[in-house]
Amino acid sequence: MSGSQDNSVGIVKPQRFDHRDTFALQSGQTLQGFSLVYETYGALNENKDNAVLICHALSGNHHAAGWHSAADRKPGWWDQCIGPGKAIDTNLFFVVSLNNLGGCDGSTGPNSIDPATGEAFGSAFPTVTVSDWVKSQALLADYVGIQRFAAVIGGSLGGMQALQWAIDYPNRLYAAVVIASAANLTAQNIAFNELARQAILTDENFRKGDYYADASTPSHGLMLARMIGHVTYLSDNGMDNRFGRDLRSGDLAVGENVQFEVESYLNYQGRAFTEKFDANTYLLMTRALDYFDPARTSNNNLSQALADVTAKFMIVSFTSDWRFSTQRSTEIVDALIASNKDVVSAVIESEHGHDSFLLPLPRYIETLKTYLQCLHQAHCTSDSLAAEA
Amino acid sequence: MRSDLALIANLINREARVLDLGCGEGELLAALQKEKAVKGYGLDRDANNILTCITKGVNVIDQDLDNGLANFPDDSFDMVIMTETLQSVRDPKNLMKEMLRIGQECIVTFPNFGHWRCRAQLALTGRMPVSQHLPYFWHDTPNIRLCTFNDFESFCAEERFHIIERRVVNVSHQESSILNLIPNFFGVYAFYRLGRPQ
Repeated sequence: MSGSQDNSVGIVKPQRFDHRDTFALQSGQTLQGFSLVYETYGALNENKDNAVLICHALSGNHHAAGWHSAADRKPGWWDQCIGPGKAIDTNLFFVVSLNNLGGCDGSTGPNSIDPATGEAFGSAFPTVTVSDWVKSQALLADYVGIQRFAAVIGGSLGGMQALQWAIDYPNRLYAAVVIASAANLTAQNIAFNELARQAILTDENFRKGDYYADASTPSHGLMLARMIGHVTYLSDNGMDNRFGRDLRSGDLAVGENVQFEVESYLNYQGRAFTEKFDANTYLLMTRALDYFDPARTSNNNLSQALADVTAKFMIVSFTSDWRFSTQRSTEIVDALIASNKDVVSAVIESEHGHDSFLLPLPRYIETLKTYLQCLHQAHCTSDSLAAEA
Repeated sequence: MRSDLALIANLINREARVLDLGCGEGELLAALQKEKAVKGYGLDRDANNILTCITKGVNVIDQDLDNGLANFPDDSFDMVIMTETLQSVRDPKNLMKEMLRIGQECIVTFPNFGHWRCRAQLALTGRMPVSQHLPYFWHDTPNIRLCTFNDFESFCAEERFHIIERRVVNVSHQESSILNLIPNFFGVYAFYRLGRPQ
């Protein structure tokens, strides 16, 4: 474990929620129960009104903050934002973070054993949508004893879940915080996902998704998928400032054994990803992204889709994010205004592209923190400190 | 309520839908929400203003007026307000057209460059006026579209913007009879309530 402990939630232990009933999915398929792994940080107050749900993005999981053991090299994926005194302040809020259904970090997913066959689901794992996730998260909330979240918060694909929460369960959240997200993907965005999927699907080790019993997995395809995605999460300027044309090795004068720093970085990131992620889950997550379109059943009119929403919204975007551009956030803001909802928005200057939402950019953190503090004052009873003691 | 805010609040119906362009720290919308139960939204670009609006419970949208208002549908607001911002936008004509497309009516307030102090400074010192209501030097001023009340009114006539009402105030936002004697000479700020071309 490295870094400061001062404002960390410290050592955390994943928990598990087992849903034993049949779970009907949007596709019409069913799962005979499922498990979700989750973590919590901070304390639930007596009135149980200070809970916040964190929804993860494509490659995220339940481990959003703190450390699993003293030997960990890195804390949870959103440790920059979650902890005592941080933007999502665990002195105020009880934070719930889960690994989504279909994930590969302990929740039921393609790499889990299908009770019907005794083998891994693989290709038999059903299609899961953002609505399905939200429904499973509501069951988790029931289990943890939370009737209404103070806020549901997510970036990117996580922001889509926050938006869907506000639509599907209007009475179960006070606020939705939608960061670097969109109400649906553009053709270009779907195209990048399809490139990533083809990289996996055409890997000879993919074997239609049933590779768990084999010695080899489609790690090469998954690596390529991640590399494609990763480039789109950065910006031209950001990459130039970070890597420029610097060489890792070789000599450009003779053109031998040349490796640019950016190549080395991407290869490293791609390879590292294959050690912790599952190709079937990557396919499932990108499809959930592509299919998400809450306005589709409302004449493609987003404000109509938001008609019954009662949650307040905060919409955040980043100037250099071209995969989920500010324009896409503005569409959500406009639809919320058109349907008379409460909304605040912030467009944060950043050169770090889509990845900005994971970075400790001062204005971003301060805006999020201020919004959540005001939300806490307005909606949460203040016995969280007492409950902690 | 602050006197300038009260002047505007008097022109707003209860529970109106209000859009405030360049809402600053959100005082107007906060007051209108409290006193008139309006549904208000404010546009601003300043990070600190946005934070202050959030703490006041004002719906603040991070949007640059110079990029236009095309994202707002026709007739989507009862009143569109722009206080002391007209003088710093790039394209006041199109912005005002947009305001009257989005809103049934609009309120525009701005500082008077025809005030006697401005005239006196330019005439007597030969230098660009710097005063309490226009506190900038020529090289650092955000006010790139300064005008007098007379300029504004002939502009409205040319564009056929309908001036429903005009209120002229001093530097403390107080009305008085002397101001209305020669408004373009004594008035510091004017509040114009405008309607669509007739």
